Amino acid sequence: METSRDDFVIAIRSAFLKKGTQQRFSLLSLIFFSIIFLILGSINFKAINYVKMTIKEIVYRSSFIVSVPENFLKDSYLVIQNHKNIYEENKKDKSELENLRSKDLLNEFIISENQRLKSIIDDYLIKSDTIVSKVLSDKGSPFFKSIIVNKGSKHGVKLGMVAMDEEYLVGKIVEVNYLSARVLLLSDLNSKIPVTVEPNGLLSILSGTGENYGVIQYSKQYEDIQSQSIIYTSGTSGLFKAGIPIGRINSNLLSKERKVEFFSDFSQLKFVKIFSFVKNEAE
Amino acid sequence: MTELGNKNLIRKILSKIPLILLFASVLNNYDFNYLGLKYFSFNFSYILIFYYSLKKSESLGYTYIFVAGLFNDVVVGTPIGLSSLMYLILCVAASYLRNITLRPSLIKDCIFFLITILIINSLLFVALNFIFNYELNYFDQIINITYTFLLYFLFSNLFDFFENYLAGSNNAR
Repeated sequence: METSRDDFVIAIRSAFLKKGTQQRFSLLSLIFFSIIFLILGSINFKAINYVKMTIKEIVYRSSFIVSVPENFLKDSYLVIQNHKNIYEENKKDKSELENLRSKDLLNEFIISENQRLKSIIDDYLIKSDTIVSKVLSDKGSPFFKSIIVNKGSKHGVKLGMVAMDEEYLVGKIVEVNYLSARVLLLSDLNSKIPVTVEPNGLLSILSGTGENYGVIQYSKQYEDIQSQSIIYTSGTSGLFKAGIPIGRINSNLLSKERKVEFFSDFSQLKFVKIFSFVKNEAE
Repeated sequence: MTELGNKNLIRKILSKIPLILLFASVLNNYDFNYLGLKYFSFNFSYILIFYYSLKKSESLGYTYIFVAGLFNDVVVGTPIGLSSLMYLILCVAASYLRNITLRPSLIKDCIFFLITILIINSLLFVALNFIFNYELNYFDQIINITYTFLLYFLFSNLFDFFENYLAGSNNAR
């Protein structure tokens, strides 16, 4: 027992006090220095502060150089990570592209098939040359909603031509002069347009009300018309091409009247496009 | 003659590698933060100091370890002298183990290393929390200790390989 305690004491003493080869200080003296540093540092001793400042200067300057290999590793890691991400994204994009290409081919087929079928039933219309005209006056009477445009028969405007604001239907030409023409707006009381209500595909008539909205008329399936349904021209009159967007159903379901909010704001029209749809003779 | 001189120079440089690694690790803090691993950190300096104090005490002088501790304090922002004290306690433990060991084995070294870093980190926690009023996350400390302990196996073998085959020393046992 006595011997083992002696061994422990000898080993500890040796660990603390024995200086190895090329060791200037023993561990005990260095531990003593550390404790002195700690105590003096905590009481803000001036000399320790100077030592601290000197070490900081050395450390901050040398840490930049020392961190070069780790920064290189870090940058390499990030580059590899980016490449890996790009590779993954590329794989994903490629599969998406393939998918879209196949869809595109299918679309092309559907379009050409649609054109062919329409030509068979003699319903394939093409647009005549577009006449862009300026709105001269939109101050109609309270009962007559129309606008006057600055293009007339001189420019090729004919009765029944279609007036559009961008891609939305606005109305049709009801009066043609030599240098001007009158467009009857869809909101006029006298305007009656054959339309399709989507997504149900119900055929109906859109009537103007004299206000800034239209109503769906002559349909027996009012309850099938949902709010927010889109109204398109049906093309049944032969005057308009089928599928021109007009407006959106905006009314509560309890009311029998189905109000249509037009996509185009008729009070803000500055220019309209005038053209007609003619049957494709080449087909 | 020139070849012999070159060999000596290379050997001299290789013998300084532990010291370079020590200063690089305290100046740079090899923590692999950029990997984005939340529950991973280890103290490379502890492994290096313990291994070399145990196996090849002349490679790292105690004075250099003391200075490295001061540098570490500046980098980390802890009170100056605290890391030096911890490093030196680690050296004392390693030196004691060297004195009492007749037949060295990695498992015994590891167990002793674990006990030592547990004591050191406890002292560090007590000193920082209760004396210097620093806030430390206890859970992070545990993770650090665990990984430092686990990685000792790996680094110990790496250092053995380096000492035996690259630096050409046979004393690292």
